[in-house]
Amino acid sequence: MEGEVVLLDFWPSMFGMRTRIALAEKQIKYEYREEDLRNKSALLLQMNPVHKKIPVLIHNGKPICESLIQVQYIDEVWNDRAPLLPPNPYQRATARFWADFVDKKIYDLGAKVWRTKGEEQEAAKKEFIECLKLLEGQLGDNPYFGGKDFGFVDVALVPFYCWFYTYEKFGSFSIEAECPKLIAWAKRCMQKESVAKSLADQEKIYDFVLQLKKALGIE
Amino acid sequence: MNSSQLPGIPYEYVEEDVYNNKSPLLLKYNPVHKKIPVLLHDGKPIAESLLIVEYIDETWKLNPILPHDPYEKAMARFWANFIDNKCWPAILKANRSPQNEREKSMEEACECLKTLETALHGNKFFGGDTIGLADIAANFIAFWLSIVQEANGLELLSAEKFPHLFKWSDELVNCSVVNETLPPRDKLLAVFKARFAAATEAQ
Repeated sequence: MEGEVVLLDFWPSMFGMRTRIALAEKQIKYEYREEDLRNKSALLLQMNPVHKKIPVLIHNGKPICESLIQVQYIDEVWNDRAPLLPPNPYQRATARFWADFVDKKIYDLGAKVWRTKGEEQEAAKKEFIECLKLLEGQLGDNPYFGGKDFGFVDVALVPFYCWFYTYEKFGSFSIEAECPKLIAWAKRCMQKESVAKSLADQEKIYDFVLQLKKALGIE
Repeated sequence: MNSSQLPGIPYEYVEEDVYNNKSPLLLKYNPVHKKIPVLLHDGKPIAESLLIVEYIDETWKLNPILPHDPYEKAMARFWANFIDNKCWPAILKANRSPQNEREKSMEEACECLKTLETALHGNKFFGGDTIGLADIAANFIAFWLSIVQEANGLELLSAEKFPHLFKWSDELVNCSVVNETLPPRDKLLAVFKARFAAATEAQ
């Protein structure tokens, strides 16, 4: 079942972190290869010619692209341990819906928070918090989005937690003040080895974004 | 187009007035996005068309839409995702662009169609011999785009430029299951012609 597993990734990527978490949850041994996004490897361009993006999961030489597709693939191939999606089709559809919601909203809004200023930033912050509150509502009183177990939506969202510090510093706001339940959930996830090992250090992310802003000429 | 036609599942169709007057039912069952389509099964809502298709596929086992093999399934999801997130916005933009932006937006849309042409690998459908997830996702290219092209005179998809994709679009639209669920072509053509005429006047 195992075969050869390679992950082409970039350390600050929340999308790459999703796949790292899934691989760790299933205790799959794999080779991690760091990509320099300013100088993409021939392998990356060969394995993801359509988007030319990380993460790319390569299993027995065959590429799987797009993080949520990778997580589902991992769940389906290594289906004998730590299930990430529930067995019931309606619950699966609900999990996919909320993971899709994270994809549609959180990344772009978060990027606007650190990239922009003034009115545009304020609008992004407002919508960002609204989306997090919707997610908090979905969590309810459960320990995880997967219910009593860590699951697909948890994997989809928790990588953003290491980026919250950066959003807060650039946006001058506190996510915990607005969404305490969500932060409690994130800290609970961080107790899991698979999550703690896969997320990047929040201060390193902040430094990375500082450098990135300079390089992009954004104040 | 409704994929629930494929396994032959009876269902009740409820038309929504999405531009002017969304029903309380729609707002109740899709409070997050407030969009159609929403599938209600035993009173429980599922939103987002591709998720609805996967739900249908997992609930009714006759005539599978997604392949069984995990790798093939991942590829089907990848192409459906590409079609939804890249092709649809690019093609929509190309058809709505004002004159001065048209060349660039047409080029971007053509790049998408070129990628799909290659992705077909000369097969009848993206799903191989039978319709799959990516075919369902791309139905707007087979049906909607040809009507829009006739209405606005911009030719994105043609037999000369994309022979495999052109043939695929013909096969898809004429496939009986698909054919039965599509809205009447001439009615849509009239709506689009009127819209383009109004937009050109406004420009």
